[in-house]
Amino acid sequence: MKRTLAVLIENKPGALARIVGLFHQRGYNIDSLNVAPVFDESYSRMTVTTQGNENVVEQITKQINKLIDVIKVSDLTEGSHHEVEYVLLKISTKQFNQTFKRKLKYFEHHIIEQDNSIVVLGVMGNSASIDDFLKSLNKKSLIELSRSGCIGMHKSEKHLTI
Amino acid sequence: MRALREEGVKYIFGYPGGAALHIYDALFKQKHIEHILVRHEQGATHAADGYARSTGKAGVVLVTSGPGATNAITGLATAFMDSVPLVVISGQVQSHLIGTDSFQETDMIGISRPIVKHSYIINKAEDIPKVVQEAFYIATTGRPGPVVIDIPKDMTDPNLKFEYKKPKSINIRSYKPKIDPHPGQIKKAARALLSSERPVIYAGGGVVLGNASKELIALNKLVKVPVTNTLMGLGSYPPKDKLFLGMLGMHGTYEANMAMHNADLILAIGARFDDRITNTPALFAPNAKVVHIDVDPASISKIINADIPIVGQVKESVLALIKEIKKSKIKIDSEALDQWMSQIYEWKRLHGLNHDLWKHVRKNQKILPQVVVQELYHATNGDAWITSDVGQHQMFVAQYYKFNKPRRWVNSGGLGTMGFGLPAAMGVKLAFPKDEVVCVTGEGSIQMCIQELSTCLQYGLPIKIVNINNEALGMVKQWQDMIYNKRHSASTYQNSLPDFVRLAEAYGHIGFKVTKQEDLSKVFKKAFSLKNRLVFIDVYVDPSEHVYPMLVAPNGSMKDMWVAKDKKA
Repeated sequence: MKRTLAVLIENKPGALARIVGLFHQRGYNIDSLNVAPVFDESYSRMTVTTQGNENVVEQITKQINKLIDVIKVSDLTEGSHHEVEYVLLKISTKQFNQTFKRKLKYFEHHIIEQDNSIVVLGVMGNSASIDDFLKSLNKKSLIELSRSGCIGMHKSEKHLTI
Repeated sequence: MRALREEGVKYIFGYPGGAALHIYDALFKQKHIEHILVRHEQGATHAADGYARSTGKAGVVLVTSGPGATNAITGLATAFMDSVPLVVISGQVQSHLIGTDSFQETDMIGISRPIVKHSYIINKAEDIPKVVQEAFYIATTGRPGPVVIDIPKDMTDPNLKFEYKKPKSINIRSYKPKIDPHPGQIKKAARALLSSERPVIYAGGGVVLGNASKELIALNKLVKVPVTNTLMGLGSYPPKDKLFLGMLGMHGTYEANMAMHNADLILAIGARFDDRITNTPALFAPNAKVVHIDVDPASISKIINADIPIVGQVKESVLALIKEIKKSKIKIDSEALDQWMSQIYEWKRLHGLNHDLWKHVRKNQKILPQVVVQELYHATNGDAWITSDVGQHQMFVAQYYKFNKPRRWVNSGGLGTMGFGLPAAMGVKLAFPKDEVVCVTGEGSIQMCIQELSTCLQYGLPIKIVNINNEALGMVKQWQDMIYNKRHSASTYQNSLPDFVRLAEAYGHIGFKVTKQEDLSKVFKKAFSLKNRLVFIDVYVDPSEHVYPMLVAPNGSMKDMWVAKDKKA
């Protein structure tokens, strides 16, 4: 089962490598990873998606928490939460047709660049529906693709801050 | 140097080299800290490890960059697996050369990352005091472990002038080890223990590391239930107590493993359900409720699900449990306990270890390795510090040397590092110069760090080395005998072993060779009378001997054991 973990981590050199290394070292997989400093630059927030049953994810959470640079970890999947991913898509203008546009309309999106040959789009949505959307496209129509990886947050009153 | 002195460091184990020379020069100019020059950096980490395990203080290592750092890796991994506090300072090439493949450059932080509790690279010289302070704090608190400080050479340039500054108290927002257990969980644990009929206390290395042996004994004065120790926990419970079942696990006693398998309650204290204990996890103790006390939450429910998890320091948690039990109105069913104990004694009678093998002299036969350990036990009144290497000899010591004090048994349990014993003994001997320190080893292991015999001469460390010599990599050979139809692939030396007596003499020490059982006690007596000399006792033993009991694997449970060659119980 897919799990989404949010991690607050000291913004120190090597801190990210410790997390990534831990996944490899303990035999877990990272499906997607997003990290950037938040608030005061002294710490970063990371969203990691992974697979595993409850026991595996509990173990991953504990092992991450054990890293000295990690301030807090939370399994967002445990409760209700928001998840979103942003995708940059480059396609040929020819492919930017009605069929394509019909599929697009289920997502928040905008055109970033457009000329006679190329269209660059920004598309936002949850990771699963983005997966479906991308699968539905003709692979040949995609020139380039970049995904931010999932970012997530607890719903309403539950917070993950320091 | 000042930062290290302020942490109370007495010894540094190390080996100099280019990137560490500024630090070595500072060492030369002071008198508070003694540097022990080893002959290989692996020896430095193991020696610091032995010092740390025996004293409970952090051991300190200083090595240079590149090969100095990589040679320290095995020792770091050894300490990491057994939760030993070390601070390892590695020199690094100058900051501006990092990443350019310069001479003796290696990414120490990267290489050591999976086997350290934490690591630092120094970016500003003025950070050194604070980093050293934090490193010692992290290494020694919570679940202890090794910490690396990688210092680029320019950070120790003697021409740098800065104000020596560090915080009065340590506050790391991302590191707050838990000390006191949750009172609700303690209540549940007390209730479970007092309501059980077939309980076992399974006490591990956490009791030793957490200095909680006294508390464990006090707890069992109250509840009087059987106690077994892991390899790392030996010495934390008095071996002569009739409730003590000896070691459990792969080569644990029959009664300890049977008790675990048949228990209705297992109280795990500072133990981690290692695969050498549980055998097949799915078949582990099918009827037992598990209470698990550990300072590391990640150790709980990692392999065996804990019904009642308790996160806290072992000492504080056991004290809280004692208090709760004293308060509780539930009385443990002593009749059921008596019955349980007689069942355990029956198991012991059937296949228990024979601690009296030494009394029976086998004339004209090769010495039994078990007898060597039993003779050693009697020669030292069970009071020596024993370090060991890895293999059959290690298991024989664990089975037959009845450790009656915590910390006296120093061995590499988690990583199983051959070559650990001799350098570890150096660290112990430096910490306790007046006590008898014995390294029990095998002819395979001892050759992995034999160069440290030279260090022992330089610093006058009169360790006694007992080499249980079966002319083969015994444990490997045992597996090959049992599982690979006696194909001894690469486990024998074909008459290429050195003459250890002459080797010891070449290093300036004394060597004895023993081939007859009747000479053993005499030689031990003579060796221990040579107070100021290192004595290497090379004992030739029966090479066909195996370690039993042995858990049947794969797909076995804890009740499935070989109790002798060709005899399953």
